[in-house]
Amino acid sequence: MSKKMHIKLNVNGKDEEFLAEPRELLIYTLRERLNITGPHIGCETSHCGACTVTIDGKSVKSCTMFAAQADGKEITTIEGIGTPDSLHPLQEAFKEHHGLQCGYCTPGMITRATKLLEENPNPSEEDIRFGMAGNLCRCTGYQNIVKSILAAAAEMNAAKEAAE
Amino acid sequence: MKDEVESRDDRVANLKGMGCSRKRVEDARFTQGKGNYVDDIKLDGMLFGDFVRSPYAHARITNINAEEALKVPGVLAVLTAADLEPLGLHWMPTLAGDKQMVLADGKVLFQGQEVAFVVAEDRFAAADGIEAVEVDYEELPVIVDPFEALKTDVVLREDLVAQDGSIPDGAHGPRTHPNHIFTWEAGEKEATEQVLDNAEVLVEESMYYHRTHPCPLETCGCVASMDKVNGKLTLWGTFQAPHAIRTVVSLISGIEEHNIRVVSPDIGGGFGNKVGAYPGYVCSVVASIVTGKPVKWIEDRMDNLMTTAFARDYHMTGKISATKEGKITGLHCHVTADHGGFDACADPTKFPAGFMNICTGSYDIPTAFLEVDGVYTNKAPGGVSYRCSFRVTEAVYFIERMVEVLAIELGMDAAELRRINFIKKEQFPYKAALGWEYDSGDYHTAWDKALTSVDYDGLRAEQAQRVEDFKAGKTRKLMGVGLSFFTEIVGAGPVKNCDILGLGMFDSCEIRIHPTGSAIARLGTISQGQGHATTFAQILASEIGLPADSITIEEGDTDTAPYGLGTYGSRSTPVAGAATAMAGRKIRAKAQMIAAYLLEVHDNDVEFDVDRFVVKGAPEKFKTMKEIAFAAYNQAIPGIEPGLEAVSYYDPPNMTYPFGAYVCVMDIDVDTGVPEIRRFYALDDCGTRINPMIIEGQVHGGLTEALAVALGQEIAYDDMGNVKTGTLMDFFLPTAWEVPNYETDHTVTPSPHHPIGAKGVGESPHVGGVPCFSNAVHDAFRAFGLRQTNMPHDHWRIWKTANELGLHD
Repeated sequence: MSKKMHIKLNVNGKDEEFLAEPRELLIYTLRERLNITGPHIGCETSHCGACTVTIDGKSVKSCTMFAAQADGKEITTIEGIGTPDSLHPLQEAFKEHHGLQCGYCTPGMITRATKLLEENPNPSEEDIRFGMAGNLCRCTGYQNIVKSILAAAAEMNAAKEAAE
Repeated sequence: MKDEVESRDDRVANLKGMGCSRKRVEDARFTQGKGNYVDDIKLDGMLFGDFVRSPYAHARITNINAEEALKVPGVLAVLTAADLEPLGLHWMPTLAGDKQMVLADGKVLFQGQEVAFVVAEDRFAAADGIEAVEVDYEELPVIVDPFEALKTDVVLREDLVAQDGSIPDGAHGPRTHPNHIFTWEAGEKEATEQVLDNAEVLVEESMYYHRTHPCPLETCGCVASMDKVNGKLTLWGTFQAPHAIRTVVSLISGIEEHNIRVVSPDIGGGFGNKVGAYPGYVCSVVASIVTGKPVKWIEDRMDNLMTTAFARDYHMTGKISATKEGKITGLHCHVTADHGGFDACADPTKFPAGFMNICTGSYDIPTAFLEVDGVYTNKAPGGVSYRCSFRVTEAVYFIERMVEVLAIELGMDAAELRRINFIKKEQFPYKAALGWEYDSGDYHTAWDKALTSVDYDGLRAEQAQRVEDFKAGKTRKLMGVGLSFFTEIVGAGPVKNCDILGLGMFDSCEIRIHPTGSAIARLGTISQGQGHATTFAQILASEIGLPADSITIEEGDTDTAPYGLGTYGSRSTPVAGAATAMAGRKIRAKAQMIAAYLLEVHDNDVEFDVDRFVVKGAPEKFKTMKEIAFAAYNQAIPGIEPGLEAVSYYDPPNMTYPFGAYVCVMDIDVDTGVPEIRRFYALDDCGTRINPMIIEGQVHGGLTEALAVALGQEIAYDDMGNVKTGTLMDFFLPTAWEVPNYETDHTVTPSPHHPIGAKGVGESPHVGGVPCFSNAVHDAFRAFGLRQTNMPHDHWRIWKTANELGLHD
């Protein structure tokens, strides 16, 4: 076993500090070490996107990143998006438009979609299908996921306009 | 009182009962990352188990040395077959009446087979331990072709050959070769041969429905915890049939059933993959007993694709006969079924080829015969129903291809050929030539609606023009119009002919009404994304007049839920949904007596109205179900026990037969082999519709899984038995980019024997979708002489088809 590394990171606004082996994958840090179980493991080869989190403003598949690589970074998981009393518009839209079934891909899907809408607040259906292609879903056939994201974008844009 | 001013429509709407698109109650937790899947379970001192797996598809094991592995920090134990043998657990029964090695007992039969179980403090230590286990293999000849398996001298299962070399019968009758599992027949052989011999038109075609895998996003896994203080074993896991798992665990472990609690937590998709019992479950239980600590086992994706529950792998040869006018007169089907190293098919006991004998499809075919040969090969065991009822996908693919081939032979339009052969509405209940009695259907209406909706004639005209343009060099894209009309057979099933391991395939619901007028209902099924907590509450709301929002649905904990056979084969609504309605009616019957007492009239003088019992002819006199519920707990009513509870175990009198009409319009680039789905229209008739939103969601998902199977997804092996598609790099799962928007439609033909007329829908889109996508590919090349080419129609295979037809010349 290799020497443990000293790692500091911030997850959902909370500072975390720990010693970990160099081979510890970030998804394990989140799920096993920090009990943040929203991000899921679906493939461990960065194909399915169930483990998607946001790191320093970018969507990242946490199953193929070492915890050591996330040292010093800010991480947002599904647990950091919305609260039970104030859901994120994407969370509301997924509920409203039946954008999920078994729920296993959902945390990664919504986490990815938050970044997609930040990068492109007015996406076309094609933009969404392309921008979400790194997140697999076996249940929905994506149709209602696309619908949910379009609805959330409209909702967020309307709220922004109202605020301006 | 508020109730008095509410209109009847308001009261109906308030219930959120059957027929409304109620939003899902499951979604709050899933959208916030608060689902509770098996890998989310953490217990004090929990260990992690993982397998040493065979790199060879067929080999003898001469030695296993775990000495070095046990020195690895964090590794606590290494289990082998030798450790399990004293407990009688080195082999386990399969659902198909065969037995399967839990850990390799002297040899391995497929790549990835479980050889040893390493138990460690965490996953990383377990992985280190696996690396350090030394296994000596002696390679044996590998058989991956089932036809060769029936000719070769290579014996895969020495345990199934007697010492004198004779071949004992299997679970499904006589065997003709050491690698032969069973021959199963349905229909009339001689009569069918006679019809075929004398036919005006006869077509023969062979097709291979390739091996694939359900591949739910969450892999299989479990946590076993043996509490040695109170002698109780708790097993959490990805079980589509938790009650059956409890019984199986009890039977093979000897632990009494009341001391076993099986829990299916949230399940990240199943699609049939999570029906069976896997070595991981047994090893986790044993490891927990040995170590006295909870043990978790979770597959990785390669384990999942390579070793648990494949689907299909049917080599089918058909003969179909007809009159010159196209009236089908007879059908013959032979299947060579590749079951892999152990027969672990998940089928009802009496049906070793599942419901393959639904292969006469939606057509009035007077004479038919089916013969299926099951064969062992050096591939993973399984044979589950991947989003279909038992082998129905194979059956529907077979008949929907045979009809297309017949249309080509006759020079007829394939839609018209279907129309003139459909079973007519007035023929239901219809007794099919291979034994099933279809409950209800109106195929012509559905077909006409589908063809009109897509402007079928317009599509054919466009296609003809496209062929002309192609021949004139104006385009390199061909156009295919894929058709399919399917009849499903779901809701297994009547206990008289359906059981798994001797357990009748009834299902159950138990309801408790609370004093303040809310309720909990528990069922023997388990949702894996189908939204049971939402829809079963809707059934109940309509039956008992309490709002769906006031009803909790619970499934999956064998300590609390009534016994049932689980969720697969679209059986939840047909069987447990019926149990729910029936249990609700028992509640209502008692509520009627309470209402009559409270209203001081005779039982027969009150009638149920949405959410209350009213005095007949005096609707202003009523008691709401909420009032009745309270009375059940606070009043001494002569002759009536306190409380308001009911339970129903429902043994369905028949299967249900959902059906549908699908049309796919596809453009195919002849030079790249890339298909582009321009349009997909899906009309489903699943009988009474409980929640249209959820039905549509099921259709979208099922069609997408069908797209995957038809257009690229396969578990492929090389000649050495190596799995070539063991990761998501090679195993095709469509992304949002490849999937079209689907148009959904419906007709409603209720099941006459189901309490609410519902038939089930989860699998219809997969069953009907696969032939529809495949027929679209075939149809694009029909004008150039293509009759049959096998799935999956990936870009390479489509390109090859175009090339073989000379379209690149």
